[in-house]
Amino acid sequence: MSRFVRIGIVGGLTLMLAGAAAAQTTAPQGGGTPKKGGALQLVVTPEPPGLMLGLTQNGPTQMIASNIYESLLRYDVKLNPMPSLAKSWEISPDQTVYTFKLQDGVTWHDGKPFGADDVVFSLDVFLREVHPRWRQIANNQVKSIEKLDDLTVRITTKQPFGPFMLSQEAASAPIIPKHIYAGTDYRANPANNTPIGTGPMKFAEWRKGSFVKLVRNEAYWDKGRPLLDEMYFQFIPDAASRAVAYETGKVDVLTGGSVEVFDVARLAKLPNTCVTNGGWEMFAPHAWITPNVKNGILGNKQFRQAMMYAIDRDFGRDVIWSGYGKVPTGPISSKTKFYSDQGVTKYTYDPAKAKELVKASGYKGETIRFLSLPYGETWQRWAEAIKQNFDDVGIKMEIVSTDVPGWTQKVSNFDFDLTFNFLYQYGDPAIGVARSYVTSNIVKGNPFGNVGQYSNPEVDKLFAEAAVAPTEKRQDLYTKVQQITADDLPLLWLLEMDFPTVSRCNVKDLVTTSIGVNDSAKNVWKQ
Amino acid sequence: MNLARFLASRLVKGVLVLMAIAIVNFALIRAAPGDPATVMAGEAGAADEAFVQQLRERFGLDRPILEQLGIYLKGVATLDLGFSYRQGRSVASLIADRLPATLLLTGTAFVISLALGMLLGALAARRVGRPADTAITVVALLFYATPLFWIALMSQIVFSLKLGLLPNVGYETIGANLSGGDRALDIAHHLVLPALTLGLFFTALYARMMRASMLEIAGADYVRTARAKGVAPGSLTRRHIARNAILPVVTLAGLQAGQIVGGAVLTETVFAWPGIGRLMFESLAQRDYQVLLGVFFVSSAMVVLFNLATDLTYRFVDPRIQMGA
Repeated sequence: MSRFVRIGIVGGLTLMLAGAAAAQTTAPQGGGTPKKGGALQLVVTPEPPGLMLGLTQNGPTQMIASNIYESLLRYDVKLNPMPSLAKSWEISPDQTVYTFKLQDGVTWHDGKPFGADDVVFSLDVFLREVHPRWRQIANNQVKSIEKLDDLTVRITTKQPFGPFMLSQEAASAPIIPKHIYAGTDYRANPANNTPIGTGPMKFAEWRKGSFVKLVRNEAYWDKGRPLLDEMYFQFIPDAASRAVAYETGKVDVLTGGSVEVFDVARLAKLPNTCVTNGGWEMFAPHAWITPNVKNGILGNKQFRQAMMYAIDRDFGRDVIWSGYGKVPTGPISSKTKFYSDQGVTKYTYDPAKAKELVKASGYKGETIRFLSLPYGETWQRWAEAIKQNFDDVGIKMEIVSTDVPGWTQKVSNFDFDLTFNFLYQYGDPAIGVARSYVTSNIVKGNPFGNVGQYSNPEVDKLFAEAAVAPTEKRQDLYTKVQQITADDLPLLWLLEMDFPTVSRCNVKDLVTTSIGVNDSAKNVWKQ
Repeated sequence: MNLARFLASRLVKGVLVLMAIAIVNFALIRAAPGDPATVMAGEAGAADEAFVQQLRERFGLDRPILEQLGIYLKGVATLDLGFSYRQGRSVASLIADRLPATLLLTGTAFVISLALGMLLGALAARRVGRPADTAITVVALLFYATPLFWIALMSQIVFSLKLGLLPNVGYETIGANLSGGDRALDIAHHLVLPALTLGLFFTALYARMMRASMLEIAGADYVRTARAKGVAPGSLTRRHIARNAILPVVTLAGLQAGQIVGGAVLTETVFAWPGIGRLMFESLAQRDYQVLLGVFFVSSAMVVLFNLATDLTYRFVDPRIQMGA
């Protein structure tokens, strides 16, 4: 815990927010005896296309639907698995056989009983076809998914796969009802509009353009939960209006990313307002600039290093992002497992050094196109700050603007020189990190692949070995990857991002797991 | 030319125009980069090529573009606007969901702006050059020139945040479970800011148009004649000037009325009003082709219809106008 950022003092309670130890920040939100009842008003943005979590996994869908659907496991802020639909589990000594015992007495929201058949159908049939993340694990790592009895499921992997136990988070592997989906056209199933899950809240109403309403599941298997009677997820398309809606009391919770960070800093000073950075340990969003190493000078390592020295990353964090986040040292976020800065090249803001490197690289003053990320004003400002940094060291850069589908297409087709990106790390480098660096992932048509087209056989080998190595061997391999890439700079890492959650202080236990407001609100209560 | 033939010929032309618009819309949308499959893959946080391809096949985007156009036109011809796979609902039902809110907002703004605009314009014209005229002209110019979203945000900050008088966003109080008259009042309460914001812009437009038009007619020979034969000033303004000055305003009102169904993207966005304008804007950002085309089609059909209605209104307002197809 090297550095604290003090955000505000609220009612005598000092909120300490630390990017490095976000686990600490959830503590002030707890305390007191949980109380039943009440309605919670939250803002999510944008309005999701659907609530069927097996088919749609974008942020807003997950924030709402993880109250409706559940997965086998949940994860605490240290990323340790906790029971959810799985009551307990056993892992074979060679780390290839996982046996899950399911909770008994679980029913779907339509009253039908839940059992091992639903789990096998979800993981082996439904999600294997339609889930963009699970299908990769299911098709590449899993040998079999079997029902042993009505409450026991056994999953066998082809080899030890380090991140397997992290793959059962609500949106990564939601369990969906077999009796509704088996044998149907999944995407056109009318039941997608009235989602049926096992979760603590039930779907009640979706007033398009306004809100989604969830109500308490009286038959929930975890007795005494949930505590809330109702949840309303409001859709307010304009960021400034969202902030005003919070200030006028229309909403209790602004989920991470729903207001611009400069507004978070302002709202944090309001009375009865708590801000936490917790609840993003699993995803650990990592922001960077992707250089397209196949485009001219960007293939030159010295030039990439020059750019890294030229960018004032502390300014980006302190001014553009209002002090939220942490400047990274490499590809792996310090919030997740296997992070190390041992023996890595470190880049401090150093325009003089950058100028030398620019000269040494043989750069001739050609204009470099920077594809801006259309995710709000903050990113736009950041691009402008970086343009200024580049100007100072003699690199000519031009900002290209587009909308989200345009960005996705351009990046998928490698049609850019530089671009921003930020990706979730999903708790384990084998899932969330390797994909941006390995040669096998240089595939057009995929914005989450290795779109910068960096290729280094040694890095490929280390990532491949680390994914299937026994747990104790993995750290060494990942430490080495971090050393090589910090020197090579396939990506220019800018920020370990924080997505602060703003809420009224009387909303308790809002963030208790490593996915925070993306997780079910079964423990949340209002004082 | 009699009314029936006029109507028939205009309707035929209208259908041709609509078909042409449908084709142009289809081409324009496809010219934008990206497609629904890449957007959905993008939102999922991960994707492989096979997955994106599977989505495209499911949406019918893998077929030749002309075949897709054919399927779309066939649907439009039978008034079937298609199915949004992204939202899992038929386009017609998505639009129908948003229609009441949009009609309420744009309709209210239309009535406010037309009534207020004509009144203020007439008032200014009667007192031309005097303080009342100057005041009306300046205020109208101000509202005409100020960006809508700025007025919208400022009105939220003043009336919701500082004064606490009006709700800043939404269609009704969420979670209040009101019904009947209480609900109507609650909705009306939420309607005030967006309707005024949207209405003021058009009020300014009508006021300026009405004033200019009235001043022009006030100088006409027949007005001087009427005044000379002793028509009272009030009656002169009402029957001789205003009645004739109203035509350009009707033209403008016809144009605005055509947009009633299209919604008001900016106002709906800033006030989180659940209308069609937002549906259209969000569909554009997500490349939800079917929904976007559906909204375009419905709005253009409305423009065609309202243009026809405007022409009919001309005849009612000014019997001298002949029906020419």
